[in-house]
Amino acid sequence: MFGLYETAFGSLSWGNIIMFLIAGLLIYLGIARKMEPILLVPIGFGILMVNLPLGGMMVYSAEGFPAEVPTLGGLIQAIGRGEIGLLNILYTYGIESEVIPLLIFLGVGAMTDFRPTIARPVSFLFGAAAQLGVFIVFIIAYVSGMFTVNEAACVGIIGGSDGPPTVFLTAALAPRLLGPITLVAYSYMALVPILQPPIIRLLTTKKERAIVMKPQLRQVSKLEEILFPIIVFLVAALLVPKSVPLIGMFMFGNLLRVSGVTDRLAQAAGGVFIDVLTFLLGITVGALMPASVFLTGQTLAIIGLAIVAFAFGTAGGLWTAKLVNLFLKEKINPLIGAAGVSAIPMSARVVQKMGQEANPRNFLLMHAMGPNMAGAVATSVVAGILLGMLM
Amino acid sequence: MSQENIEIPITGKITSVNVKVGDKVGEGDVVCLLESMKMENPILAPVAGTVAKIELAVGQVVEAGDLVAIIEY
Repeated sequence: MFGLYETAFGSLSWGNIIMFLIAGLLIYLGIARKMEPILLVPIGFGILMVNLPLGGMMVYSAEGFPAEVPTLGGLIQAIGRGEIGLLNILYTYGIESEVIPLLIFLGVGAMTDFRPTIARPVSFLFGAAAQLGVFIVFIIAYVSGMFTVNEAACVGIIGGSDGPPTVFLTAALAPRLLGPITLVAYSYMALVPILQPPIIRLLTTKKERAIVMKPQLRQVSKLEEILFPIIVFLVAALLVPKSVPLIGMFMFGNLLRVSGVTDRLAQAAGGVFIDVLTFLLGITVGALMPASVFLTGQTLAIIGLAIVAFAFGTAGGLWTAKLVNLFLKEKINPLIGAAGVSAIPMSARVVQKMGQEANPRNFLLMHAMGPNMAGAVATSVVAGILLGMLM
Repeated sequence: MSQENIEIPITGKITSVNVKVGDKVGEGDVVCLLESMKMENPILAPVAGTVAKIELAVGQVVEAGDLVAIIEY
């Protein structure tokens, strides 16, 4: 006997409808406000997909998002029966397995120009200091009792404001929170131009922001450029072995870029390759947010704690730059420390803009790019440290 | 009368020129927009004065260190 033609309305919950509004907001912000559109638009659509009941793109239950079946034959049958959807497969085999975030980082490496960091190695100090927020929020989140220690680490890593390490760490330590954490991380990266300036104004005087730095950085030789990814990889791998997957892919991608003989590979890695992975990541992460998972107190706590992480990251960078200044004859503008909160290139742009506001002679962009890139390296190392501590 | 040179801070492409010779500018006024690193960066007047020389055209590719304008004050 045929049943009535089935529509999805009966299965819609209020939570689903709230999630539609959130998805709509993200898609709107991406399209109309150009806020991280490459991520927010796919994430928004992914949220729609998982919150439309009975669609079967992403099947979920209280236990999670099933896609583990012992045999390939069993997997195909489960898909046929509608027990596993396309996005379940992308999630389990692409993200939980760490394949997609790591390959994205390869592409990021192929697109990153480290010359500003090489030209001023002290950048690493600022990049490292800007991870202050990660550890402070890690502790706050854990002490609050709302998060397990593993989850708290993943909430903290949002403060590194670098996507692939955040996804990498959370997929390993707290996959249940991957949706909200990734969404908050990418949203706040887009919000850096709004979040950072008040904190920077609070912690620096106009006189400090007006310090002029010579616009040009020193020339970096080809040899330095080639040695950089190799040395960074070796040092990080020896000091923090668990950072090898992230730093390894990041630096390998960069070596392809600078070697001079693998341009085709670097262009491929930084082109369509990373684009494909990015939308697979975006739509799958969106689909990790059914109403029952997203509309919780934990999500609200993540949204609040992430601001604290960004604030302390910014402060860590600024304070360190001021400290370094005590020892320098040719003063640096402390603003560039704040660019250690990577969100490449958002925080460097904030620094550029605020430096120019304080003194029209200032042009800090290239100086800020150094800590900006170093911050991405530092976040990967920190992800490795946390992984080593907690696994 | 003293003068102040405007040098291009980073290599890029000029996307708009907002002043011409003889214009009065205030400190911090936008002289031109420079596209570099996928961003549009304003180049600002370092002092208030009169534009004595400007050698820029929209679409022109400029190198870091190029002297492109002089402001007299």
